[in-house]
Amino acid sequence: MSGEAIAFYMLAVLAAGSALGCVIATNIVRMALCLLGTLGAVALLYFLMAANFLGVIQLIVYAGGTLILIVFGIMVTSRMYGEKLKPRRSEALIGALVVLALFAGLVAILWRGPWVTVVPTEQPNSVAAIGQALLGTYLVPFELASVLLLAVMIGAAYLAQPAARNGRGTEREE
Amino acid sequence: MGSILRKVAFPIFLIGVAAIIVIAWVPALLYGTVDSMRDDLGRFYKWEPRGEHATLTLDNIRQYLEGSIAGQSAPAAHIRFGRSTAAACTYVLWLLQFRITRDVLAVVGVVGFVSLFAMFAIWWERKVAARMQSRLGPMRVGGWHGWAQSLADGIKLLQKEDIFIAGADPVLFRMAAYVAFIPALGLFIALPFSAAWIARDLDVGLIFILAMYGVGVLGVLIAGWASNNKWSMFGAMREACQMISYEIPLGFALLVPIMTVGTLRLTTIGDLQSGGFQTWLAFRNPFLLAAALIFFIAALASCKRAPFDLPEAESELVAGFHTEYSGFRWALFFFAEYAEMFAAGALAAILFFGAWYSPLPAAWGESWRHGPLWQQALHGVVFSGPLWLIGKGIFFVYVQMWLRWTLPRVRLDQVMYACVQVMLPLAMLVLLANTFWEWQVRDRSVLGTVANLVCTAVGAAAVLAIIGVGLYGFINRRRLVGTQVVKHLPGA
Repeated sequence: MSGEAIAFYMLAVLAAGSALGCVIATNIVRMALCLLGTLGAVALLYFLMAANFLGVIQLIVYAGGTLILIVFGIMVTSRMYGEKLKPRRSEALIGALVVLALFAGLVAILWRGPWVTVVPTEQPNSVAAIGQALLGTYLVPFELASVLLLAVMIGAAYLAQPAARNGRGTEREE
Repeated sequence: MGSILRKVAFPIFLIGVAAIIVIAWVPALLYGTVDSMRDDLGRFYKWEPRGEHATLTLDNIRQYLEGSIAGQSAPAAHIRFGRSTAAACTYVLWLLQFRITRDVLAVVGVVGFVSLFAMFAIWWERKVAARMQSRLGPMRVGGWHGWAQSLADGIKLLQKEDIFIAGADPVLFRMAAYVAFIPALGLFIALPFSAAWIARDLDVGLIFILAMYGVGVLGVLIAGWASNNKWSMFGAMREACQMISYEIPLGFALLVPIMTVGTLRLTTIGDLQSGGFQTWLAFRNPFLLAAALIFFIAALASCKRAPFDLPEAESELVAGFHTEYSGFRWALFFFAEYAEMFAAGALAAILFFGAWYSPLPAAWGESWRHGPLWQQALHGVVFSGPLWLIGKGIFFVYVQMWLRWTLPRVRLDQVMYACVQVMLPLAMLVLLANTFWEWQVRDRSVLGTVANLVCTAVGAAAVLAIIGVGLYGFINRRRLVGTQVVKHLPGA
């Protein structure tokens, strides 16, 4: 077994194991950290496939994202030691249906898809090529996505604004 | 014990300095030898795929070292080996041709550097603090100025009980120290110490290091949460807020030099600054100088150093996120902090202050690079090489310590105000201005040259001012700090 194969299996076990942990864990902070484990393992898989840019962006975006998720979504809203989550029966049923559909779809794709067996190597100028593609060939979708994100941010800021009509409402934050 | 240590301290110090100078260029030399050997042998035997894939056999290397192969190129051509030396060198060189050997060496080097640097920096920080507060600092362990204090502390911490609190989260509490430490090690993978001195020359090197900083914060956050203690929790929350906020000006400040050089590969960024003091990126135009300042302040906040050390504010939060930690787990947080401090300093040096090049233009020493061995060694010390980067990094670490013991800690709302209302608009302005500068002003034009000269003058004035103030203090040390201090603190 080559070094790559060993690394792949280790990372695959890590990714799948933390994904499982994310579902099984009842503590909400642990769930978030398990999610991070999965995303981190996937980022390492990208590194293994010599897709450095993708791996690094995955780490920055999802590590930062999970950080914000933990801080603002969980720590501020729940009590110190987190709340135990338990799904209701109807939620479990809907969840199971979604999961089954997704699983079937994935299996169908994996079954049919062509498998590339070339060993990937690092491309010398992948960052420049990605930059050219984003700001050249795919400029319109890229800009549309950023406009969408901007709209989301403005909406979030509007929703989070506490009683803006009363003048200086943001003064008493924290 | 103490007297023995006192006797060996100075020889150890000398050996250490010599070892650092030797270590600084020997591996690069050996790697170069192996690679040129592979090229030469490939040419001699007409191997077909040449270069990377050909594996040298022991016999190849022995014949090569004994000089029986024609057409040898530098640097090995300058030495003639005897039979026994050749036999000894053969095995070393044979091992060095494999990538895995080099990787293992790189990892060992990184771990060793981080541990040694953290030990040195902790001792040094205590001495710097002591000097600024007119006390002595550690003086006993090891004799000369308590040089072995960190070593003794390390041994003590290893022996201490690893206290585990009943109310803490069992897995996460233990894991947090590693989650904080491993990214701090990981960022050294992509951090070049010189053009040849890098474990992996990633084309995304810069954002890889940023990603590692981002992951490191999680360790602090987990530690604070898993301790199940409100002071730890506050520390972790502050760290998270601070890190998330300061990442934005940090990113903007980093975009400015990237826009100028057009690459994320740190070795390329470094090589662009090889032409002496005035080609260092910070002195190219005023906006880059401003970006260097913003980067340094934001990096200070990311490393949770004073005046931004709110996560462990000892006057309010006991010790912040690591209140509940003891023994070596506690030490790991410090190793991570000092590793990140050095990396921030080294990054500032690579991006803005001439990377691993000396203020002299590298072109002057070009003939030395291919000369005999002593010239190559001298070239590594005078013109470029890991020693310069480490020196610059240590200087920036010193500035961080200096600020820590000079400035008072700021409040959380002041931290946020400084980030969102001052640094962020400033960074955006600098970015915008640099865009227009790159777009309109040519490097060779009058405006570009004048800006370069003015910035260089500012930089040179700053360097001279630091040296001058230091010299003034040293010359007038009897009048300024008094004979009592001078007698007890050599070098005061």
